[in-house]
Amino acid sequence: MSDKHSVSKLVLKNVSHRYGTVSVLKDLSLVVNPGEIVVLVGPSGCGKTTLLNLLSGYINPVSGSVQREGIIRTVYQHDGLFPWLTVSENISIGLRSIEDITRREKELNELLALIHMEGFEQHYPHQLSGGMRQRVELARVLAGDSDILLMDEPFSALDYQSRLRMRRELVRLLEKRPRTVVFVTHDIEEASQLADRVLVLSKRPATICRELHIQTKRPRDLADHAVIDAMKQILNELGLNSPDTDL
Amino acid sequence: MLFGFLLLWSFISYVDLFPAYALPSPKAVFYSFQEELTTGRLINDVIASLWRVAVGFVISAVLGIPIGLWMGQHRYARQAFVPMLNFFRFLSPLAWIPFAILWFHIGDKPAVFLIFMATFFPLVLATMVAVASIPSIYFRVAQDYHYKGIELLTKVTFPAVLPQIITALRVSYGIAWVVIVAAEMVGCQDGLGYGIWEARNGLRLDAAVCYMIVIGLLGMGIDRLLAQLTKLPGVRWGYER
Repeated sequence: MSDKHSVSKLVLKNVSHRYGTVSVLKDLSLVVNPGEIVVLVGPSGCGKTTLLNLLSGYINPVSGSVQREGIIRTVYQHDGLFPWLTVSENISIGLRSIEDITRREKELNELLALIHMEGFEQHYPHQLSGGMRQRVELARVLAGDSDILLMDEPFSALDYQSRLRMRRELVRLLEKRPRTVVFVTHDIEEASQLADRVLVLSKRPATICRELHIQTKRPRDLADHAVIDAMKQILNELGLNSPDTDL
Repeated sequence: MLFGFLLLWSFISYVDLFPAYALPSPKAVFYSFQEELTTGRLINDVIASLWRVAVGFVISAVLGIPIGLWMGQHRYARQAFVPMLNFFRFLSPLAWIPFAILWFHIGDKPAVFLIFMATFFPLVLATMVAVASIPSIYFRVAQDYHYKGIELLTKVTFPAVLPQIITALRVSYGIAWVVIVAAEMVGCQDGLGYGIWEARNGLRLDAAVCYMIVIGLLGMGIDRLLAQLTKLPGVRWGYER
């Protein structure tokens, strides 16, 4: 799968966007390197989701250009699975482009094993826990020939412990099936544990006000030095570290 | 509860609170039941009514659901047609009786027409509202995986509203069953409604009550059958959250 990354490309050039008179993004440029995990953090309402929508092509920017190459898929916060389909059928949506039925079947079984959901093939999403549902979503976006994953706060609807588990899970899955990832979150722990590169966004209209590289190998412990250090820097940047700072 | 009701009914007719021609006793109703069954008239009427409801109901579902799906997806279609739909929805189907008879004469057709007029508009509206309220995330996912056109309609839109459509079918079936009795009182020579009408003309209220019981029980029974649809695995999600 190493040849996969060569086709993925995601570039924003001087992108600005506004809704009506509200300016959301201002002159933002970003190059996502193939195979990289980029995490976007920022205050709520700063335009993180708008940025993802621009990357996925769901909306077009008011000015500036977006270049994308490769197959892009999104993991949503919740309810991204079709409730009328079983776990197997939902994952199979990601395998739609595979024509050969036996190959599709084989892929499906591999993915089910990968997310440890054997035995739940015939379950419907409403019969699963929140964490299990997100795992199925991960399997669906990893299925087949996707290149780029956009993640819109995919674990924010889960309880804290499930969130910790899902982070490990994501790292493990990406180890097995490397993808280019753009991950949006408001959770700085998540950002520090997952990212190759953290981009801190400013308040609206958002620009990138800080870029932070984290080199340590994943999976990273929550108490890892590099993680704690990154968290400190992000908190500083967001103005959340000292009690004196204005919010 | 049912037993208590029967007891009260027997008691009232026993003490002659109302004259026997105005309130038949349970015994009289039981005998007329036997009579109607042995002459085969009751069975014949049941089949006639069920047939008319089924035909009218199927026609309005086959037309109404696709039209509702289409209108739900097109705002301009909604703006154009919703006022008209609402207008017709509030017209009692019984107001169509004179037209039904003039256009379709006597027999199955006017009754089928009235059933159609009674169920078509609520079905279109319910389907339309259901489509318009599908969470947008389903369409975003569909777009991510390149669902388009007819496939989008059959694999995303339709299953997303199926639970509401089943509920709408149950409700409009209820309307159909109420309307058939009235429809058959005028335009038909048989059917459960006609049976009641004839019993009235012959002052045979025992027979009328016997028909009423059959109408109620059949209505309940068929609703039970339709309720089974909600147990299908692909729609359970719509009723469990």
